[in-house]
Amino acid sequence: MIPDIFNWLFFNQSSQIIPLGDWISAAVAWVVVNFRWVFQLIRIPISHTLNAIEAFLQWLPPILFIAVVVLFAWQFATRKIAILSLFAMVAIGMIGAWTETMTTLSLVIVAVLLCIVVGLPLGIASARNNRAEAIIRPMLDAMQTLPAFVYLVPVVMLFGTGKVPGVIVTFIFAVPPLIRLTNIGIRQVSEETVEAALAFGSTPKQMLWEVQLPLAMPTILAGVNQAIMLALSMVVIASLIAVEGLGQMVNRGIGRLDVGLAAVGGLGIVLMAIVLDRITQNVGKSSQNSLNWRDRGPWGALRKLTSQRRPSVSTP
Amino acid sequence: MPSSQPKIKLENLIKIYGQNPQRALKLFQEGGNRDNILEATGNVLGVANVSLSIEEGELFVVMGLSGSGKSTLVRCINRLIEPTSGQILIDGEDVTRVDQERLREIRRTKVSMVFQRFGLLPHKTVLENVEYGLKMCGLPLAERHEKAQHMLDVVGLHQWANYAPSSLSGGMQQRVGLARALATEAPILLMDEAFSALDPLIRREMQDELMRLQSELKRTIVFISHDIQEALRIGDRVAIMKDGHLVQVGTPEEIVTNPVDGYIAAFTQDVNRAQVLKTGSIVRQTVPFILGKGSARAALDQMQGNALTRMHVVDRHGKPIGILNQAELQNAVTSNVQDVESVMSTDFPVVKASTSLEEIFHLARFGVPMAVINRSGKFKGVVEQSDILASIGRLSNDKADVPQALSTAV
Ligand SMILES: Nc1ncnc2c1ncn2[C@@H]1O[C@H](COP(=O)(O)OP(=O)(O)O)[C@@H](O)[C@H]1O
Ligand SMILES: [Mg+2]
Repeated sequence: MIPDIFNWLFFNQSSQIIPLGDWISAAVAWVVVNFRWVFQLIRIPISHTLNAIEAFLQWLPPILFIAVVVLFAWQFATRKIAILSLFAMVAIGMIGAWTETMTTLSLVIVAVLLCIVVGLPLGIASARNNRAEAIIRPMLDAMQTLPAFVYLVPVVMLFGTGKVPGVIVTFIFAVPPLIRLTNIGIRQVSEETVEAALAFGSTPKQMLWEVQLPLAMPTILAGVNQAIMLALSMVVIASLIAVEGLGQMVNRGIGRLDVGLAAVGGLGIVLMAIVLDRITQNVGKSSQNSLNWRDRGPWGALRKLTSQRRPSVSTP
Repeated sequence: MPSSQPKIKLENLIKIYGQNPQRALKLFQEGGNRDNILEATGNVLGVANVSLSIEEGELFVVMGLSGSGKSTLVRCINRLIEPTSGQILIDGEDVTRVDQERLREIRRTKVSMVFQRFGLLPHKTVLENVEYGLKMCGLPLAERHEKAQHMLDVVGLHQWANYAPSSLSGGMQQRVGLARALATEAPILLMDEAFSALDPLIRREMQDELMRLQSELKRTIVFISHDIQEALRIGDRVAIMKDGHLVQVGTPEEIVTNPVDGYIAAFTQDVNRAQVLKTGSIVRQTVPFILGKGSARAALDQMQGNALTRMHVVDRHGKPIGILNQAELQNAVTSNVQDVESVMSTDFPVVKASTSLEEIFHLARFGVPMAVINRSGKFKGVVEQSDILASIGRLSNDKADVPQALSTAV
């Protein structure tokens, strides 16, 4: 009896009882017609930032870029990671993927910046307000599990093709862990610490800046690291909507059955991922290190050199 | 010391934890106790109708077993926990009714706090921790550095200013916590089991330190403890809590000598009474001879009139300066010596009324009566060895206490 009802409900209909697909199509079409200008407006700042960063990276002589990254890695991560970065970047240049790498890097940078600008406040909000968390959480679940191809089409309908929608899809995919980890990081600050700060008359703002954010920082940085990794993994999918760069190399390689070209693009992505991952992961860690950053890396070496000449400067 | 109004006054303070405190409150007012409120509503009665007054400059200890509601009580005072009902008056201002802005003001300038597990900010240096309260007040950097540095000097940690708190030992960390609380110059200091996490030796040291600081700074301190020894040792007054209720409030001596019920008596059973009882409580009032008011003859008359064998001599300010022995005085009078000063012995012990009995045991062994003086040095009366033994013998249910107390004193 009951199975019959379900069979009838589920299979014997000429159309669905709840035509969800039609509704969504209609809704997207309506938004496109009425609010396209909003999305075109959002385009502008993203597009400007992206173009500026890309132009700068393309203009920068590779040797200078490599030097800066290596010194930065040595200073804020470890010397080992600096050496690793050097080899990885030289390899990228020698396999002929430098230009594409800079293009992809600029897209990743802008997408991650957008993640931070949007994700950090949302993470803070969900940490401080249970209702905000209850609303944000299912949205993050959807963003992380929904296949990217599903939202690729509506994004193109709203933003058109090119780099900006590329940034948007990358953002959608990369921002959830940053929000989650910011939320967790702030909630994990020990109750006693929060209580002590309260007992001395901290305002909510002072609590955030003096206690919660500094103590959540390692977790938040782990979130940034995750966002970078996810952004890189979106590069190939973004290339489907005409985004240039390493993803496009892979895409073209697949299209022409050119295994070599696809492999070069893929290797470029992997090398970039390794460099970015190692550096960002260790920046978070070394800040907990007791040694002051000024006493380490190239800066520390420089200081040691100069203080040897002027031994009176050294402090106990 | 007590001024016109108490520094802190709690009136019918009730705190109920849980979803529906109003229903639980009604149940409580109809005579429910902790257990049947929990059973009926699932709510926990944290503090049950507590009223008490704490005077300015007092070191007030709240003592009770774990779960008796001490932390809840103390956190209601600065509203880290919102009371369910009742009033909390600080200098006559009801803090349960103030808005958030005023509450922060009170926390910054009037009430500061020391925590059981220190509550230091792990990402800040020792100095930054100490100046945290000052920073919240918006004090400029140089000024708060100076004040914080001074406070670190006071607790003896100035050379640790730029270290992370985690590189300090527990006792040192709590000194930082204490310095942070003192730095804001708030007149009220809340200390929730501030020394409970420390080793016994360090704890004792910190108690001494606190009492030393208190004698200089004269704050109003609400000190929470689960340790009756600690409570009786440092408290001017002690309140004992049980299941959220206040069972007894009184001076340490009152608690030990006059427990209101078996619960308190059981608590104080293992307490070394000689440590708690003060010399002043067993002093025998006698009339001393005032030097210059008459000859040796007059002194002898006074002695015989009061049926004494020994009598103290005081100067015009009431300060004890000698002791007369009846036999010697008799000899002097028969050989016509008039000058009392030449007859009296100046070799006698003097103790303050506030000294504990434990500390005067060793003096009693000389067999000479002790002159007891009050805070301003005036003669109050005498205490003899027999008085000490009698008072402890009378008070202890267990006679074995006496030799044990004696042996620890010597
Ligand atoms: N946040 C809370 N929620 C529910 N019950 C609590 C909460 N905090 C404390 N209690 C309960 O209130 C009672 C008193 O706790 P507390 O004031 O911490 O006691 P103490 O400090 O004397 O150990 C205990 O029974 C405890 O379980
Ligand atoms: Mg407690």
